[in-house]
Amino acid sequence: MIPVLLAGTAVLLALALAGAVMKGPGRALYAAASLVAFLSACLALISLPARPETLVLPLGLPWLGWHFRLDPLSALFLFVVDLGAAASSLFAIGYGRHEADPGRVLPFFPLFLASLQLVVLAADAFSFLFSWELMSLASWALVLAQHRDRESIRAGYVYLVMAVLSGLALLLCFGLLASAAGSYAFAAMRLAHPAPGLAVLALLLALIGAGAKAGLVPLHAWLPLAHPAAPSQVSALMSGVMTKVAVYAFLRIAFGLLPVPPGWAGLLVLALGGITSVLGVLYALMQHDLKRLLAYHTVENIGIIFIGIGLAMVFRAAGGEEAAAALALTAALFHVLNHSLFKSLLFFGAGAVDRATGTRDMERGGGLIHRMPQTAFFFLIGCAAISALPPLNGFVSEWLTFQAILLGPGLPAWGPKIIIPVAGALLALAASLAAACFVKAFGITFLGRPRSREAAEAAETDSFSLSAMGVLATLCFLAGIFPAAVINAFAPVSHALLGVAMPAQSHLPWGTIIPVAAARSSYDGSAIFLLILAVTVLAIAGARRLAAHAVRRAPAWDCGFPDPHPVTQYTASSFAEPIRRVFGPVLFGAASIVRMPPPGATAPAQIRSVLHDRLWELFYDPLATGVARLAEAANHLQFLTIRRYLFFVFAALVMLLFSLALFQ
Amino acid sequence: MMGAVAIEALQMAFVLLAAPGLVGIVRAVEARFLRREGPPLIQPYRQLARLLGKEVVLAHNASWLFRTAPYLILALTWVAASVVPTFSTHIVFARLGDLIVITALLGAARFVLALAGLDIGTSFGGIGASREVMFASLAEPAMLMIVVTLAITAGSTQLSSIAAFMLSPVLGLRISLALALVALVIVALAENGRIPVDNPATHLELTMVHEAMVLEYSGRHLAMIELAAALKLLLMISLIVCIFFPFGLGGTGAAGFLLGLASYAAKLGIAAVLLGIFEVSLAKMRVFRVPELLGAGLMLGLLATLLLYVSRSL
Repeated sequence: MIPVLLAGTAVLLALALAGAVMKGPGRALYAAASLVAFLSACLALISLPARPETLVLPLGLPWLGWHFRLDPLSALFLFVVDLGAAASSLFAIGYGRHEADPGRVLPFFPLFLASLQLVVLAADAFSFLFSWELMSLASWALVLAQHRDRESIRAGYVYLVMAVLSGLALLLCFGLLASAAGSYAFAAMRLAHPAPGLAVLALLLALIGAGAKAGLVPLHAWLPLAHPAAPSQVSALMSGVMTKVAVYAFLRIAFGLLPVPPGWAGLLVLALGGITSVLGVLYALMQHDLKRLLAYHTVENIGIIFIGIGLAMVFRAAGGEEAAAALALTAALFHVLNHSLFKSLLFFGAGAVDRATGTRDMERGGGLIHRMPQTAFFFLIGCAAISALPPLNGFVSEWLTFQAILLGPGLPAWGPKIIIPVAGALLALAASLAAACFVKAFGITFLGRPRSREAAEAAETDSFSLSAMGVLATLCFLAGIFPAAVINAFAPVSHALLGVAMPAQSHLPWGTIIPVAAARSSYDGSAIFLLILAVTVLAIAGARRLAAHAVRRAPAWDCGFPDPHPVTQYTASSFAEPIRRVFGPVLFGAASIVRMPPPGATAPAQIRSVLHDRLWELFYDPLATGVARLAEAANHLQFLTIRRYLFFVFAALVMLLFSLALFQ
Repeated sequence: MMGAVAIEALQMAFVLLAAPGLVGIVRAVEARFLRREGPPLIQPYRQLARLLGKEVVLAHNASWLFRTAPYLILALTWVAASVVPTFSTHIVFARLGDLIVITALLGAARFVLALAGLDIGTSFGGIGASREVMFASLAEPAMLMIVVTLAITAGSTQLSSIAAFMLSPVLGLRISLALALVALVIVALAENGRIPVDNPATHLELTMVHEAMVLEYSGRHLAMIELAAALKLLLMISLIVCIFFPFGLGGTGAAGFLLGLASYAAKLGIAAVLLGIFEVSLAKMRVFRVPELLGAGLMLGLLATLLLYVSRSL
C-alpha cells in the first residue's frame, strides 16, 4: 500500500512545482489535489485494520535510508489528514478565485499537503523531522500569503519562533531515543530500553515539541495569530489537520517508541489538557474576529484530546486498567476525527463569510442567515457538533471521555484521585462554555439584523465551497449517529498501542454503544436522533391539527419599543460581557472603566473594556525581553580579537572533554 | 417488551399532560401564601389552548430557525423526559442514554432557544440569550459533577441503575449525596429560571432572562415554548425524585405499576408545594449574584466528588 500512497505524495509534490509556474486561480491544481487526497484517504481507511507494512527508500541519510511504515496509528492519522486535505482542496476550487496573489499560495499548498502525509508515514527520526520541518515551513509560507499585512508579518514571526522551538524539542527527544537505541530508525527505538530518567526526559521533550505544534497552554500563543492569517482553506488545514499531526507525534513517541511512562507523566498531560481546554474556550469567548475565535477554540479541543490521552497514560501506568486506558484513548482518537471534521467545516464557513462581507469582524455581521442560507445551515451544524450537542459527533467523544473519567476511582494511587475529578470539572466547564461560545459565533454573525452594509448585501458563496461544507457536515452527522462503527474502526489502533481495545460494539453501524457494561452507561445516537425527529414531526403535526394556521408578519415587538437602528443589537462583546464579568477578573484581569460626565454636562459617557493576556505578560514578554537582553550581551562577542576567539574554542573543547570524562 | 413499550408511551403522554398542571399547582400555592385567590389549577391548560387558537405574529426578519426552534425545543425536552424513569424503571428508552445524555439534551434545547432569542435582533433577545448562556456555563458543569458523584456512588450513570442502587439497603447515610442533593436543587432552580435565579412571572425588562429570549414569540410557537418550559420543570423534579427519593419505583406487575404511578403523582405534588413555598419566601437575586450561587453549586458537586474519590481508598 505504501508505494501507492507515496505515488500520491509524489503527485502532490509535482503539483507544487506546477503551482510555482502556474497563472490564474489554479482550479485544476486544487481539483487534482482534492482527488489525490480523497483516493489516499480511501486507501488509508482500507489499511486501518491491515497488518503493518514497511518500506525503505534510498533517500535521506546515506547510511540510514528513508523508512516508511504504515501501521494502524499512521493509517488513522493519514485518513484524518487526507480527509481534511480533500475537503479543503475542494473548498479551494471555488474559494481560491478570490485570492489576490495566487502565486503565493499555489506552490505551497500541495507542498503542505505532501509534508503532512510524509510526517505520518515516516518511520525514522531523520525523515520524521525533515517532513515535520517541511510542514512548518510550507505552512509558514502560507501564513505569509498576505505579506503586506502587518498582522500577518507578526503572526509569521511568532509562528516561526514557535515552530523552531517545537522542532528543537523533538530533535532533542529523538536524539535521546537514538542514543539508547543506537539507530535513528523507529524500529530500533521500539526495541531499545532507555534508562527511566532518559525516557521521562524524552517524553517531556515530546510533550513540548508536539504541544507547541498542537497548541497546549502555555505554548498556544501562535495559533490564534497564525491560523487566521492564512487563506481559509489553509486555516482549516492548520487548525483541523496540522494540530492532529502534532497529536500523532505525541502518541507515536509516548505510546509507540517509549516504554510505559510513570503515572505522574500522565497526570501532567491530564492537568495540562484540562487547563488548556478551559483557557482556550475562555479566550475564544472574548474574541470578535470569527477566524481568531475558531483558532482559540482549537486550543480548547486540543485540551480535550490531551485529557483523553493523559487519562490513557494514567490508566496504562497503573497496570491492570488496560480496558479503561483503551476507552480513554478511543475517546481521544474519536475527538481527533471529530475536531478535524467540524473545525475544517467552521473555517470554511468563516472563509465564506469573510469573502461575502469583506470582514472577519463579527461586530459587522448579522442577518446572514437570510443572505447565505446554505452556508448558515452548514455552519450551524458545525456549531452544534463542536458544542457537543446530541445527536452529533462532538457529543459522543466528550461522552466517552467522561466515561473514562468515571473509571478514575478504581485507581489505587492518591494523585489521580485528586486530579482526575478536577480534570472532569474542567472538561465539563469547557464543554458548557463552548456552547456559549458558539451561540455567540453563530448568533452574532448569522442571526439578527445586518450591522453593516456589506452584511446586508452579502451573497451566497460558490457551489464548490458549499459542497465541501456539505460533505463535512454530513460526516459530522454520520459519525454522531453511527458511533459504534467509528469505535469499532478504532479498535486496531488501540490494539497496536495498548494491546487491548474497547469491547466490540454492535456489529451493525447503528445501535447502542456500551463502553464498559450495559448497567453502567449506554448511548444510542441513531435512536436518539430518530426519536428527536419523530417527536419534532409529531409536535409540528399536532400544532397543524390543533392550532390556528394564521401567520402575520409585523415589526418586531421588543416590549413595545422596537429598536430603530441595528447597532442597538447585542454585539459579540456585549454578548460575552456576563461571562467576562464572571471569569474575566481573575483570569484576564478584565475590567470595565466607565467615565460618566457630571450631571448637566453634554460630553458623552464612555465605557472602555480592558483585557490582559496574563500568559503573554507572565510568560512570553519576559521570555522575549530575556532573549533580547541575552542577544544584546552576546553582541560584544562579535568584536573580539582572533586570540580571544581561539581561547573560546579551546575552553569549549576542554569543557566538552571534562564533561565526557565526568559521565563515563 | 410490549409492556415496556406501553409503559414508555404512557409515561411520555403522562409527562406532557401533567406538566402544565404542575405549573398550576406551584402558582396556586404561591397565590395562597400571598393571600390571593389565585388562578384555578387548570389555568395553564386554558392558556395553552388560547395560545394555540391565536394567530402567529412574526417579525419581518424572522428566519426559518426562529420558526422551527419552538418545536425543536419541545422535542429535545420531551425526549430527555422520556429517558427518565418516572414511575417505573421498566421503560424501553432507558437504554438510549444516561444522565449525561439528559443533561446534553437539555443543553441542546437551551442552545436552540438562545439562538432563537438572537434571531430577531432586538436588545431584549440579546440580553436574555447572553445571560442564559452565562448561567448555563456554570449550571451545566455543576450538573455534570453531580452526575459524577452519583456515578461513583452507584457505579453507573444509567438512571434506572442509580434508582435501583438508591433503593438497595447498602446505601446508608452519605455526605456526598447530601451535597449532591443541595447542588442538584440549585441547578434545577437555575435550569428552570425559578426564584432566586430568574422570575418566571416577571416581565420587568431588566430582570428577565428566559422571558426576554421568548419575547418575540406568539401563538402556537409560544404555546410550544411554554409547554417545553413546564415539561422541563417536571423533568428536573422527576430527576431529583428518581435519584434521591425512588420509593415506589421499580415494582413489577400491575400492583407495583399502580403503586409507582400513585407515589410519583404524590411526589410531584409535594415537590410543587415545596417549590411554591420556597419561591414566595425568597427574593430574586441580582443577575450578577447568580454566578456566586451557581459557583457554590459547582463547588458542592466537586467537593462531593472529591470526597468520594478520596473515601474510596479508605
